[in-house]
Amino acid sequence: MYNKNNTLFIYCVFYFAFLYIPVLLLPIFSFNDSFHMVFPLKGFTFDWYIQMWNKSRLHQALFNSIKVGIIASVVSTFIALFAAKAFTRYKVKFHGLSYGAILLPFIIPEIIIAVALIVIWTSMGLKLGLIPVTISHILFCTPFCMLILISRMEGFDKSLEEASMDLGENSFWTFWRVTFPLLLPGIIASLLLAFVISFDEFILAFFLSSSDQTLPIYMWSQLRFPKKFPHILALGAIIIIVTSLIVMTAYWLRNLGQGKKKDFSIGI
Amino acid sequence: MNSTIQNIYFRSDQAKAYTLLSPALILVIFAMAAPMIVMIFTSFNTQISMIEIDRTFTTGRYEDFFSKPIFSMLLFRSVKISFFVTLLTLVTTYPLAYYIAFYVKKNKMLWIVLMTLPFWTSYLLRVFSWRVILGNKGVINSALMGTGMIDEPLGFLLYNQAAVIITLSHAWAAFAILPLYVSLDKIDKSLLEASYDLGNTKFETFWRVTFPLSLPGVIGAILIIFIPTVGDYVTPQLVGGTDGRMLSNMIQSLFGRANNFPLGAASAVLMLTTVCLIAALVTYITKKVSMRMS
Amino acid sequence: MSIKNYIKIKNLSKSFGDVEVLKNINLEVEEGEFFSLLGPSGCGKTTLLRILAGFEYPSEGEVFFDDTNVTSLPPNLRPSNMVFQNYAIFPHINVQRNIEFGLRKENLSKDEMQQRVENALKMVQLEGYENRYSNQLSGGQRQRIALARALVKQPKVLLLDEPLGALDKKLREEMQIELRNLQKSLGITFIFVTHDQEEAMTMSDRIAVMDEGNILQVSPPKEIYHNPKNKFVSQFIGNINILGAKIKSVSNENLLIEVDCFGSIQLKNYQQIIENDRINIAIRPEEITISKISDSNYDYNFQGNVKNISFYGESTYFYVQLNNSDKILMVSKNETKEPFSENDNCFVNFSSNNLKIIKD
Repeated sequence: MYNKNNTLFIYCVFYFAFLYIPVLLLPIFSFNDSFHMVFPLKGFTFDWYIQMWNKSRLHQALFNSIKVGIIASVVSTFIALFAAKAFTRYKVKFHGLSYGAILLPFIIPEIIIAVALIVIWTSMGLKLGLIPVTISHILFCTPFCMLILISRMEGFDKSLEEASMDLGENSFWTFWRVTFPLLLPGIIASLLLAFVISFDEFILAFFLSSSDQTLPIYMWSQLRFPKKFPHILALGAIIIIVTSLIVMTAYWLRNLGQGKKKDFSIGI
Repeated sequence: MNSTIQNIYFRSDQAKAYTLLSPALILVIFAMAAPMIVMIFTSFNTQISMIEIDRTFTTGRYEDFFSKPIFSMLLFRSVKISFFVTLLTLVTTYPLAYYIAFYVKKNKMLWIVLMTLPFWTSYLLRVFSWRVILGNKGVINSALMGTGMIDEPLGFLLYNQAAVIITLSHAWAAFAILPLYVSLDKIDKSLLEASYDLGNTKFETFWRVTFPLSLPGVIGAILIIFIPTVGDYVTPQLVGGTDGRMLSNMIQSLFGRANNFPLGAASAVLMLTTVCLIAALVTYITKKVSMRMS
Repeated sequence: MSIKNYIKIKNLSKSFGDVEVLKNINLEVEEGEFFSLLGPSGCGKTTLLRILAGFEYPSEGEVFFDDTNVTSLPPNLRPSNMVFQNYAIFPHINVQRNIEFGLRKENLSKDEMQQRVENALKMVQLEGYENRYSNQLSGGQRQRIALARALVKQPKVLLLDEPLGALDKKLREEMQIELRNLQKSLGITFIFVTHDQEEAMTMSDRIAVMDEGNILQVSPPKEIYHNPKNKFVSQFIGNINILGAKIKSVSNENLLIEVDCFGSIQLKNYQQIIENDRINIAIRPEEITISKISDSNYDYNFQGNVKNISFYGESTYFYVQLNNSDKILMVSKNETKEPFSENDNCFVNFSSNNLKIIKD
């Protein structure tokens, strides 16, 4: 019945092109020997990559982004791990309310969270910088991590943990001997994806980072100047390739050992 | 802990569940709920100098918002643009999700990964890429002029609402494909066979069986795209021009150059209220519709 | 030597929210007994087993193992081990490490550990499977590993939650015999949960029949089959004809009973019964004979018409509609001298000593 549908297939190919052309354009132009992103391409060059290497502000921004990303992904994965266990292993009272509250930061417009945080932060007389950025990223990443870990936890039976208890292990050892190893691929996937989200996040950092630029803020500040622009292309090309590799690893890990029950939800 | 309390704790699943949930709930309360309450309070204050805010209660900022037509217009436009983004994304991704769910036999996982991968690569760069594609000296214009099809660059491509809608629709595609795919893939194929068997054509089967059963995915996609895009800042800023400016751009300037935190907070509160009302409306209509269907 | 009751359950109730799944359960299980909890799904048998294991805590009442109150003892501290319905073989470690899992605290030397694992595998006839993983085992093999993993702990009580449910019929029957033999040779108490009455009948020393959170009857299999205490038990165990009836008169020795579908009969008074009570008369299909002409060897002979015949190999079921009644009787025979076909007229014959009085 559903053997072939050429019309739909051709449509898919076009949509695929629509999805990928904007993404692939940047790496192509990053080797183009011109300040302007115009076809036809001029000549091949590595100049922009070399130029990028020498920007100290870029290094600082990269360092900031990595710092924020690591803290945000570790903390939100931890928080999400506990929450996921609560939701999958217990019949939580007010389940809908707690679940909705934890997922909310992921749904509501980021600018509203940004505004709320900048207002409370400044009204407490605190200085903006990487600390509020990190907090906002933890808030934003936790729902993602929780959804990833919940689907991983649902992938293995509660009776495995019960079997461990039955065989004489207490909660602590059951967690380390059974739950943790089975969740490990999900935990790593959660760490990787949360890192990518934090690393790419713009609007929260834009409101809250003040002078401590993260990488997206640095790129934003350079976009306006055509002369500074090509090295952003080089940077962008590297970011695209590295994040793609990280995300593919995360996808692969998430389905590791899940047998036939594949999971596509990347936390949606 | 004495043994009785320990026993009660041991028996109480609720206590254990909420202990586990507490870090997440504390995070939400202190990093989201509390700031939002402060934001609401601030929206009733007045900015008196660069750094000073008068904390006396006033509805003045809301009066400002509604007395200056630009604010309402930007709010309305944000909602309008989000509406079209949601519609365009759903219409363009539905066939794709449908194809993966029903026609792709091997490597479904690969298809899904490929369709969602662009979503993970820097949002900023993707939006920027659209500026490059649509600009006067951009990819489309330079290609068309290079082939001699046009002499002057097509100026209408960039800096308008259509550019914002296309760019956002591209950026949020993954959020539509996934819920749509999940709900379509869940549909038991024998239901469709039953429909053919009972004399429906493929087209009728789609409208009478497939589409109604995929509604949960459609609703999920609507909410997950519409709500966040109302508050999008990057896309209107980079490809919107004056015509494509949205409320977020105004809010940002109120926290930047215009330096009016209370008015910015009031705008954010009104944006949040609007979004909540629309989300509630969508959910309400869905419930009504699904009740009528069952 | 008197056999003592190893497990005692006293006044135990369990509710999930508003739903009471176990209602005032009292039960004693002897040491070394093969004891089955039998009932339809949702009757509370699995919950009762999970309370014994320590995964659920009773809302009321107490559980004793060997006269020690274990009600609030967590599962890891109980001298019982469980074979799970889906076996719960840890997928991230191999068979060897699955079986060793529960021995961590026993501080065994490497050789001792190896010996224990080997013995356990030998017991379930899976020598040489040490390095396999769960996904490399068949359903039956997983079941055996789960058994080995529980038994290697040398538990006082083995709890089995429908362990054969996922196996196909042939394998299930083999495992029934094997489990029974294993239990006999080890001499430990088995608590076996099942919804399959045949399985419970063939394996158990005693069976507790459960329904809607109550234990209806606790008896050895034969007793349950021949003297079911009520309608539910009689119908759940094997096939039976249940006929509505009313007590007409009661004397010291005899009961005169008006059976709805065929009129008056006399039975010995062996239960406390008063006049005008509604009761049921029950008779097993194999206790009725079917013939072309009335068979005077039996106390009662009624005319009827063969409505349906179902052939089951070792026996044949006849569904006979009695004349002047819409009641259909089930009659089973392993051979019939006279061939019957559908719509034939016939006689059904039975004796009063096969009739049982059963309350609702």
